[in-house]
Amino acid sequence: MNFSKELTKGIIKDNPIFILVLGMCPTLAVTTSVINALGMGFAATFVLLCSNIIISMIKNITPPKIRIPVYIVVIASFVSIVDMVMAAYLPDLHKSLGLFIPLIVVNCIILGRAEAFASKNNVIMSIADAIGMGLGFTLSLTVIGIVRELLGAGTLLGIRMTPLTYDPMLIAILAPGAFITLGFLMALMNMLKEKK
Amino acid sequence: MNSQDRLIVSPAPHVHDKTTVKNVMWNVVLALVPALLFATYYWGVRALLLSLTGAVAAVVCEALIQKLRKVPVTVHDGSAFLTGLLLAFNIHAGAPIWLPIVGAFFAIGVGKQVFGGLGNNPVNPALLGRAFLLASWPTQMTAGWVAAKDSAMSGINNLSRIATNLEQLSPKAYELVTSATPLKVAQTLRDSSFVADINAQAGGIDLGGRIFGSLTEMETLKSLFWGNIGGCIGEVSAFALLLGAAYLLYKNIIEWRIPLYYIGTVFVLTFIFGGIPGSGTSVMLPFFHIFSGGLMLGAFFMATDYTTTPITKRGRIIFGIGCGLLTVMIRFVGGYPEGVSYSILFMNVMTPLIDMMTLPKAFGKVKK
Repeated sequence: MNFSKELTKGIIKDNPIFILVLGMCPTLAVTTSVINALGMGFAATFVLLCSNIIISMIKNITPPKIRIPVYIVVIASFVSIVDMVMAAYLPDLHKSLGLFIPLIVVNCIILGRAEAFASKNNVIMSIADAIGMGLGFTLSLTVIGIVRELLGAGTLLGIRMTPLTYDPMLIAILAPGAFITLGFLMALMNMLKEKK
Repeated sequence: MNSQDRLIVSPAPHVHDKTTVKNVMWNVVLALVPALLFATYYWGVRALLLSLTGAVAAVVCEALIQKLRKVPVTVHDGSAFLTGLLLAFNIHAGAPIWLPIVGAFFAIGVGKQVFGGLGNNPVNPALLGRAFLLASWPTQMTAGWVAAKDSAMSGINNLSRIATNLEQLSPKAYELVTSATPLKVAQTLRDSSFVADINAQAGGIDLGGRIFGSLTEMETLKSLFWGNIGGCIGEVSAFALLLGAAYLLYKNIIEWRIPLYYIGTVFVLTFIFGGIPGSGTSVMLPFFHIFSGGLMLGAFFMATDYTTTPITKRGRIIFGIGCGLLTVMIRFVGGYPEGVSYSILFMNVMTPLIDMMTLPKAFGKVKK
């Protein structure tokens, strides 16, 4: 097992969104704009990194029968930190992400990595895994966010990108737009994978 | 057939019919021609232009995608043309010209080709295109409607019957009687506080009731039947659509069950629940409801699509009743004045379940 392989697998090969199809709830709900996608991505990455470190450290003293509650407590602690820090320093972002910050607790990617990776590997490898998966998650959310914000609002990071005559395609920032964008990007990923 | 052909031994099917996709699709297009002619008569060349733009855009899109997918290009079968035409029929005549083009590309691209082309689409592509346009550009889809030729868009022409003194009509009441479509008037009148408001401003007369009554007057019903009212390009003339439907029924291209049960359900339900509080109802109300909006277009031309409707006879009855129920529900309690497109889309999604539910017992199979 080598460090760089664990670091990069989350970006393309085991991409949590497009390949593993985990964490669909925040993916569909908060990618209405690039800034929301980035905020959610980094928040989840931070939680994933911290929880992976702690869980791989305590893996030998965690009783297997109650490991899931233990993981949830660890994850929830870091989510609370993210929630409060964001509310204090990035109130606008915190407001627009709303309920989805506390919901990071039940994000499948974080619990999935804790169960499948951190509980079986050492701290260094768990850090590599968390960074790779977190970046993969953040990148995927950002790509979806770029497509949806550009089509649905005609802007990127709030800056107008399209001529004023462009009437934004509102459906892109509504729920159906999330599913359609995700479907097309997933198909694109599969196409690129098959070509390889 | 020479005597040699009769001796061919082959697996079933042995009975063949001359029906082809091409034949069916172009016949449906032909059946829509009366509606297109009526629309052109009422709204001028622009309606014709928008319709043909939608149809051609759909054909171009299908050809492009089939080229990219490296499958045979089958645009000559008319199915894409029909989808584009039906989509444009769901747009009003004052819409910008890019609207049917974008809608047709979405209808064919996302509604049909993504799933594998003709026969694989889960929902009616034309209606999906319309739903997409309405969600994406609500302003362009609902504003700037073109007036009917020589009648009020709302179908209410005889204002003197509503109020002897026209000054009694408040701005709100004026806005109501000049709504874009008759169904919009009916929807607005469901709001009892709004009705109380215009009644009070008119000096205590039952203005809401009178406007509601005028919706079912013979004159309004006649406008509805011939299509001389506000509406989308293809939906207004019940007469033209019935003419096309009769042709399709005669040619055995569509089956009577879905349209009959659909329209019948709407008829019965609007007869029972059609009245508005405080103003009573009218026996003519069911006629108002079946001739207005997109019911005729939807029931005969969209709810009869082969791919997206049940194959069993009992299933078709359930499908028709379900569509009728949802349409009436959206018209009476929903947020939109009209619900034909959403109810057909919803029942399209239900189709696999209905088919499973109504699967006939195979010969010799023992019932559990």
